[in-house]
Amino acid sequence: MRLDETPEDQAFRAEVAQWMQEHLNGRFAALKHRGGPGDEEADPALRKDWERELAAGGWTCVGWPQSCGGRGLSIERQVIFHEEYARAGGPGRMGHIGEGLIGPALIEFGSPAQKQRFLPRIVDGTEFWAQGYSEPGAGSDLANVQTRCWQEPDGSWRVQGQKIWTSLAHESDWIFVIARSEPGSKGSKGLSFLLLKLDQPGIEIRPIRQLGGGSEFNEVFFDGAVAEADHIVGAPGEGWKVAMGLLQIERGVSTLGQQMHFAYELDLVIQAARRSGRGDDPAIRARIAEAWGGLQVMRYNALRMLSPSEGGGLQLGREALIYKYYWSNWHRDLGKLAMDVLGPDADVISDDPAIRPLQQLFFFSRADTIYAGTNEIQLNIIAERGLGMPREPRPAA
Amino acid sequence: MNFALTEDQVLIRDAAESFLADVSTSEAVRAAAGHPYGYDVEVWQRLSAELGWCSIAVPEALGGMGLGAPELVLIQEQAGRHLLCAPFFSTVCLAANLIDACATAAARERLLPAIAGGELRVTVGLGSSAEDWTDVAAAVRAHRTADGWVLDGCIERVPDGVSADRLLVWAQVDGESEPALFVVNLDAPGIEVAALQTWDATRHLSRIALRGVSAVVGADASMRIDDPQRVATGRVRSAALARLYLAAELLGHAQQCLDLTVAYTAERKQFGRPVGGFQAVKHRCAEMMVRIESLRSGVYGASARAASGADGAQGSAELARECAMIKALAAQTAFYCAQEAIQLHGGVGFTWEYDPQLYFKRAQAAHHWLGTPEMLRARVADALLN
Ligand SMILES: Cc1cc2nc3c(=O)[nH]c(=O)nc-3n(C[C@H](O)[C@H](O)[C@H](O)COP(=O)(O)OP(=O)(O)OC[C@H]3O[C@@H](n4cnc5c(N)ncnc54)[C@H](O)[C@@H]3O)c2cc1C
Repeated sequence: MRLDETPEDQAFRAEVAQWMQEHLNGRFAALKHRGGPGDEEADPALRKDWERELAAGGWTCVGWPQSCGGRGLSIERQVIFHEEYARAGGPGRMGHIGEGLIGPALIEFGSPAQKQRFLPRIVDGTEFWAQGYSEPGAGSDLANVQTRCWQEPDGSWRVQGQKIWTSLAHESDWIFVIARSEPGSKGSKGLSFLLLKLDQPGIEIRPIRQLGGGSEFNEVFFDGAVAEADHIVGAPGEGWKVAMGLLQIERGVSTLGQQMHFAYELDLVIQAARRSGRGDDPAIRARIAEAWGGLQVMRYNALRMLSPSEGGGLQLGREALIYKYYWSNWHRDLGKLAMDVLGPDADVISDDPAIRPLQQLFFFSRADTIYAGTNEIQLNIIAERGLGMPREPRPAA
Repeated sequence: MNFALTEDQVLIRDAAESFLADVSTSEAVRAAAGHPYGYDVEVWQRLSAELGWCSIAVPEALGGMGLGAPELVLIQEQAGRHLLCAPFFSTVCLAANLIDACATAAARERLLPAIAGGELRVTVGLGSSAEDWTDVAAAVRAHRTADGWVLDGCIERVPDGVSADRLLVWAQVDGESEPALFVVNLDAPGIEVAALQTWDATRHLSRIALRGVSAVVGADASMRIDDPQRVATGRVRSAALARLYLAAELLGHAQQCLDLTVAYTAERKQFGRPVGGFQAVKHRCAEMMVRIESLRSGVYGASARAASGADGAQGSAELARECAMIKALAAQTAFYCAQEAIQLHGGVGFTWEYDPQLYFKRAQAAHHWLGTPEMLRARVADALLN
């Protein structure tokens, strides 16, 4: 167990910090601390330009192997990168579904042609991705997907059905979906994993308004939408394996940078407490101290999860199971604390840079415990995989 | 940054785990709790002589292994899991830590090798505020005499006070702003040790009255030992480490409560199936695991910070803030898990015979030791908001 960094790591930290300082200004200065959770609709066009600025500096896909166009950084270096990115106020990443989800899934499961076609454009920030898993009837029970797909005589695939809650579909170029390719199949069997261009006649995207007022997510309708013959990842009928592999990746390193953003939010809360005078209230002070402690713990949770395990290899085992549940609930509590610290001012819709981010935090953090596995599903998984307790009854597939 | 345990750390932890599983069974703990000392002397001798636990955090030059907080928390975690009854916490986690951080070179050279060798049991009063020993110092006054000092006062809650050889005493001195640190021989004239009958019998506490106890310059046993150069930061640092070691023990309590509960609910059947299959039960166990693993991250993380150098005033203040938070978290987690263990055991959880009650009482007692969560949070808030 050690916390200290080597001189080389420190130099790398300084390099990232300096690059951010030099590039996150001029027209990009407006993006500082913007575009995070709850704020995804902040100037998407400029944030896509920012992705290309990052790409030009070699700062996208830093954890991917060099052979795939990445920087091949070690875990420790990735942590440093994400921390310094967030510390500098780096905007929420438009490219994160490509870089963090589908890219790594293609690296693991994709064909050479797919890698060649898709990876470079994720790396250079020219193509953006959406995740088409959830459906009206398939939420926590994801395997209950009803969207169908079939292969035409020319080999291409057609997709019929509906996805829902699709984040940023309206800002994306491509979507990956799981759809039922074996008629009559049930559960996780008979699903295929397809890649589709969003801009095509068979696809319609309708925004859904969220409780915070914005429309970060959408319904996506597929009416004979086309996927090219070789845009199926994994074998037909074996899409579940790819879909699950991708969800494993979802709990990866990039969430580490998130702590620096959380630290920034906590700081906003502390400043608000000082300004509003609520910081004199012992009960509020105790909650602030608790939030601070939770943040330290969260960082150690992450470092522990990402350290090599006793047998070598990553410890993405028991520790990793608690990670999402812990941060999402911490974040939700912080949102409530932010409102209580602002007092009645919190209830007035505001553009004040000291208030608006806290209101967004309050609203969006309600989603943290729903997406990427709800609290209840997380607890099921922790009990079953972490503690070996009996599994939930499941209908026979 | 690397959180993986080293090979040596794994060895230390595994040895502690198997040794304690063997000697600190439920029956052994109950037997030790009834002993006037509160522990089995043979177990103490084995862990100090055979396993060398007392020497782990003592510097190599003073006969120790020169390791530190990361290793001690691993042992403390196992000690907590198995409710080890031994003067290990008092002698090693409190006293040796304090001596190492605050005492003069001469005192360190005299006391630490004897502690490392398991020949000397030393203890100190457990404060119950967020102060760094100043609360315990407030209860004792030191008066200067021609050849040394005379101590008067009363120290509440001294762990292992009945069995220890020496007592460390924080005292207020006229005209000095920092409290002074003394070591006194527990059989010196003027010392009166009264064992407290506590609900938690796994750590014996006493009240110790000092009436005109003399600490003479140059005396062999009783003397003033604080090093004026080091005592200010040493006080903060040693209190931080004491909280960390206590937190590690509480982590072990919490883990054992969860393990007992998972095992029991797997066996116990109602409505034709193991009660552990009901989601209401599963979720509560999962919630315990979340809190325990997070606490473990915090304890290991703070121990790595303690070991990473930075022991100046700034580094000590940061460590103090972190350890205050960890102790607060640990006290709440241990109590939460003990309470859940009782509930999820049903009627047997309410019996003397089953173990959850032992952890429940210990967790409640430890809630106050070295500062309650409320006080510790208030202190952290002061640092954040002022
Ligand atoms: C902001 C946001 C963005 C999203 N972005 C995307 C995206 O980009 N792509 C995508 O595919 N999806 C996305 N989702 C969808 C998300 O993954 C689902 O909302 C989530 O999986 C829950 O499914 P559901 O909404 O159908 O809720 P349900 O599954 O209907 O759950 C309702 C309630 O029942 C509980 N519950 C369900 N099953 C169990 C069980 N077995 N045991 C105990 N309790 C249970 C749940 O925990 C929940 O409290 C997003 C969601 C949100 C909120």
